[in-house]
Amino acid sequence: MNIFRLFNRPKSAPAARERLQVLLAHERMVVGTDLVAVLREEILAVIAKHVELDSDRVRVTMDRDEHVSILEIDVEIPLNAAKAA
Amino acid sequence: MGKVIVVTSGKGGVGKTTSTAALGAALAQRGDKVVVVDFDVGLRNLDLVMGAERRVVYDLVNVIQGDAKLPQALIRDKRLENLFLLPASQTRDKDALTAEGVERVMGDLKKYFDWIICDSPAGIERGATLAMRHADMAVVVTNPEVSSVRDSDRIIGLLDSKTLKAENGERMEKHLLLTRYDVNRAERGDMLKVDDVLEILSIPLLGIIPESMDVLRASNIGAPVTLADAKSLPAQAYFDASRRLAGEALPVTIPGEKRGIFGKFFGRKAA
Repeated sequence: MNIFRLFNRPKSAPAARERLQVLLAHERMVVGTDLVAVLREEILAVIAKHVELDSDRVRVTMDRDEHVSILEIDVEIPLNAAKAA
Repeated sequence: MGKVIVVTSGKGGVGKTTSTAALGAALAQRGDKVVVVDFDVGLRNLDLVMGAERRVVYDLVNVIQGDAKLPQALIRDKRLENLFLLPASQTRDKDALTAEGVERVMGDLKKYFDWIICDSPAGIERGATLAMRHADMAVVVTNPEVSSVRDSDRIIGLLDSKTLKAENGERMEKHLLLTRYDVNRAERGDMLKVDDVLEILSIPLLGIIPESMDVLRASNIGAPVTLADAKSLPAQAYFDASRRLAGEALPVTIPGEKRGIFGKFFGRKAA
């Protein structure tokens, strides 16, 4: 092992600290209910009421940082997807 | 009336049983009457760490179910006459513990002992919640490591909601016991520091136990580390922690001074 790598190796403790702070800020907030999961289900249900949803064409992603959670829902809506109500 | 302390952590393997034995013995070495109670039904180990594994006849479940009287189940330590063990059952599962049964046993123990120290099982299920239910104070055992800190945070939440004190609107006193701390690794930036953990969990610090061979050596011979080698660094740290538990205002020091360049090459002894 290169001896210089030993000295130049980045410290890992600050990363541990930051990851914990972000994670716990979220875990402390949503005790019991997972708000983001509820939102995801309800939003998709509303869309499904009007549009034929193809589960392969729905992309749900989640990101959390220190202050906010970001829920992204990408739905592809084909031109002929409108349900005959 | 005795004080009930729960030693808890959420995560397994961080040092609950070691700390229960060491704090219990340290308090008894001061002259107080102490009982250590194993709540880990099905996976008991406090008897082994205390060196009493061959003397278990009756256990907590026997007492709760009325098969044995409390004094029959209590095992007196061979080294300290004012230190007792109430073992857990090894053959039953945690559902054998009932809320009413635990309440009755705790009430009886409080009449005879100054300190009742409850060794909680890992996890957040029945055994763990019953171990903390009657506590006056909690010792949260944490390693300077991300999964342990996260689980401790969860346990702190339970201590503030699922205990009798919390349900009665009282404040549960919680203390952090940081175990397996390696001052050299923390200084190098490869381990969470004391202040990092304190800032994240924001409960007062009871003590810092250094990573040390002495802890393993003590459990090998079946003695709490404060009895096995009272002069060792972890024993000293547990003695200090026990004095703080008893209400002394003692400043917390980080055990294990930083080794110099000479010590790095020639001294491999941990902490």
